[in-house]
Amino acid sequence: MNRRQALFGLCGLAFAGRGARAFAETGGDAVRIGMTPVFLDDQVGFLGAWRDYLAQALGRPVEFIQRGSYREIVELMRQEKLHFAWLCGYPYVREQRWMRLLVVPVHQGQPLYRSYLIVPARDTATTKLTELRDRVFAFSDPDSNSGYLYPHYQLSRANTSPANFFRRSFFTYSHKKVVEAVALEVAHGGAVDGYVWDTLARTHAELTGRTRVADRSPPFGFPPFVAGPVASPALFRRMQEILLAMHGDGAGAGFLRQLNLDRFALGTPALYADIERMLRSIGQPNT
Amino acid sequence: MLHFRDISFRYKIPLRATVLVLVTATVLTASLLLREYRDLRRDMLDGSARWSAVLSQTLVAPMLHDDLWRAFEILRAATSPGGGEQASAITLVDPRLRIYVSTDPVRYPILAPLHERGEAAREIASRIDGAAGTASHSVEIGDKLYVITPIDADGVRLGHMILEHTSTFMQSRFAGMWLSATLVTLFVLLLILPVSWFWGRRMAEPLVHLADCIGKVGATIPPPGALQFEDSKDELGQVGRAVERMFDELREKEGLEREMLFSERLAAIGRLTGGIAHEINNPLGGMLNAIGTYRKHGASDPELAARTMSLLERGLLQIRDTVSALLVEAKAPSHPLAPRDIEDVHILLKPEAVKKSARLQWNCELPDEIPLPATLVRQVLINLVLNALQAVEAGGTVACDIGLSADGMTMAVRNDGRYIEESRLPYLFEPFVGDGNGKHGLGLWITYQIVTGLGGHISVQSEPGLTVFAVDLPLGLAVEMESAS
Repeated sequence: MNRRQALFGLCGLAFAGRGARAFAETGGDAVRIGMTPVFLDDQVGFLGAWRDYLAQALGRPVEFIQRGSYREIVELMRQEKLHFAWLCGYPYVREQRWMRLLVVPVHQGQPLYRSYLIVPARDTATTKLTELRDRVFAFSDPDSNSGYLYPHYQLSRANTSPANFFRRSFFTYSHKKVVEAVALEVAHGGAVDGYVWDTLARTHAELTGRTRVADRSPPFGFPPFVAGPVASPALFRRMQEILLAMHGDGAGAGFLRQLNLDRFALGTPALYADIERMLRSIGQPNT
Repeated sequence: MLHFRDISFRYKIPLRATVLVLVTATVLTASLLLREYRDLRRDMLDGSARWSAVLSQTLVAPMLHDDLWRAFEILRAATSPGGGEQASAITLVDPRLRIYVSTDPVRYPILAPLHERGEAAREIASRIDGAAGTASHSVEIGDKLYVITPIDADGVRLGHMILEHTSTFMQSRFAGMWLSATLVTLFVLLLILPVSWFWGRRMAEPLVHLADCIGKVGATIPPPGALQFEDSKDELGQVGRAVERMFDELREKEGLEREMLFSERLAAIGRLTGGIAHEINNPLGGMLNAIGTYRKHGASDPELAARTMSLLERGLLQIRDTVSALLVEAKAPSHPLAPRDIEDVHILLKPEAVKKSARLQWNCELPDEIPLPATLVRQVLINLVLNALQAVEAGGTVACDIGLSADGMTMAVRNDGRYIEESRLPYLFEPFVGDGNGKHGLGLWITYQIVTGLGGHISVQSEPGLTVFAVDLPLGLAVEMESAS
C-alpha cells in the first residue's frame, strides 16, 4: 500500500543517517575507507565495484564507510576506526596535525576545484553572494570548504555573517541536495562544490538545468584522500601506489571516468594554504 | 407532427418500458454514486487525518533540531508521486505562524508570514490561531481541502503542518467510480432493454391484432376464427371474448338482413304483379262483359256494336296507359334544361293551384342552361308539384325551390297538407302504391326511376304540417342531349 510505504520511507529518512549508529565491525583485517559527499556518494553499485577493485589490488578486504556528515567521518577517523577517508580540504586543514595526505584527485588537468554560487535558473540577476541579502540560503556541510567555508569567508570579508546576512540558512549535508534545494527554489541561493555541480550537469542535466551558476570562487585544493593514525606506513604506501596507478589500467580508468576525474596525484599541504587562510580569517583557530 | 398518443401500442409499450428502465437505472446509479461519494470523502478525510498525525510525529525531530532540509525531504517524500497521493502540497509553519518550509516554496517561501500568502492562507492562519487541542482538523476553502495538524513535542507546540488536497484527487477517484458505475449500468441496460422490448411487444401484440380485426368491421366482418386471442381471464381475454361475441352477433344480424331483404324483394314483386294484374284485370273484366253483352244481344244492333267497340277501345287504352307508364323511358332525347323550362312548368301548374285554392310559391334560381335533360326534369317537377297540390287542403301552400349546389341541381317541393304516415314511407316509391284516392299510384315510381336514371337521389321527409320531397341531380353525367346529338 502506497501510504504505508511512504510512511516507512519517511521514518527511514527521519532516523537514518545522522543518528549515531553503532559502528559495525567487519573483521580486523579489512581496510576501512570513509566516504563523504565530496563526490556523488549515492552511486551504491559503483561504490561496490570500486571497493572490489581496491580489495583485489590490496589483497585485503576493503570497506567503504559512509556517513551523513563530514564530522562523523572525522570522528571515526580520530577514534582510529578508519584507515583512510575522502574528505574535504577544510577538515583536512583543521585536522592536519594527525591526518596525512594520501593522494589528491586531478580534475580537468589540475588538483583544483572551485566553489560555485548557484541560484534558481529564473533568477537571472544575481552575480555574487552579497546580492542575496535577506534571502534563504543553502549550505552543504558545516565542514565543507566549498559548501560553507568559502561563502562564510566572503560574508566575513563584507563584515557580516550567515546568521545576520541571510533571512534563513540551512545545511543539506550534501552538495547534490544543495542543487536540489536551489532547483526546487526552497533556497534562493546555495554554495556547492563546483566539481559535483559539473559532474551532475553531465548525469542529471534536468536538475542542474533548473539552477544557474552565478559566481565561481578562485581555485582551491581538491578534496583529498587522507590517512588516519591507524593506517600503517606499509598500508599507506600500498594504498598510495594503487590509487596513483589507477588511471593506468582499464578498470581503474573506468572508475575514474565515472568519478569524472583524470587521475590521482601526490599532493602537498601547501595546496590547501588558501583554505587555511580563510579559516584563520573567520576566526576559527586551527585545532 | 406525430404525437406520442398516436403511436401504435406496438412501440408505445416498449418505449414506456424503456423509459421506465432508464429512469430506474439512472436514479439507482445516481443514488449509489452519491453514497459512494460521501463514503469516499469521509474515508479520505479520516485517512488524511490519521496520515497527518503520523507524518507530524516524524517531523518533531527535524523541527526540534531546526533541520529545515530534513523536514523538507520528509514533506517531499510524502508528496512525491509514490508517496501516498494524499496531498498536493504540505506546508509547515512555526508557532509564530511563519512558514517553516513548504513543498511549494514559491507560493509559501520560508519565513513569510502565513496570513500574507493569499486568501486561503489567511483563513488557515485564523483557524490555527483560534484552534485549541492536539487533534487535526480539516477545512475546505474554495476547491481545496486543508488538513491542519499541530506538531507537539512534550506539550510544547513546535508548529503546524498544513496538508493541501486539491479536489482533483477526489475527482479522479470519483471519475473512475463514475465511469465503472456507468459502464455496469449500460451493460445491465444492454441486457434488460431487449427483454423489456420483447415483453412490451408481446403485450402490445394482442391489442394490435384486436384493433386490426375491429378496424375491418364496416367493410367486412372478420370470419369466425380470424380473431385470435389468449383465452385468459385478464382484461385482454375479456375484451377478446366480447369482440368475438360482437362479431358473432354482427354476422347473425347480417344474415338476418340478407334474408329480410330477400323476402322484402319478393313481397315487392308480389305487390307489383298484384298491382299490374289488378290494373289490367279491371278493364279486362269490363271488356269481357261488353263482348259477352254484344254476343248475346246485338250482332244486328249497330249502336251496341259501336258502344262495345268504344268500350273495348277505352279498356285497351287504359291497359296501354298502364303498361306505358311502367316503361319509363329515361333516355328520351331532350334539350338542356333552361330556366325557361322551369317557368313553363310554373305556368302550366298555376291553374291547378287556383282550382285547389292553394298558394303556389315558386322560387327558381337557375342561372342559365345546365346539362340536364329538360323533358325528364320537367316531368319530375310536374309529378312532385301535382302530388303536393293534391295533398294540400284548400288555402294551403305548396312551395317549390329550385337551385344549384356544388354537387348539382337541387329541387325541393314542400307542402303543408296531409302528411305521409311513417308506415307508408318505405313503400312510397313502389308502383301502384296510391294514396287511395283512385289514382293508379305510378307517379312517384316514375319520378324515382327518372331521378335514379339520372344518377340522382330523391328523399322524403314528412311530419304533420310539412312534407318535403328533395331531389339532387348531379351535373355532367353523360346524358344524351339534343344539342349534343
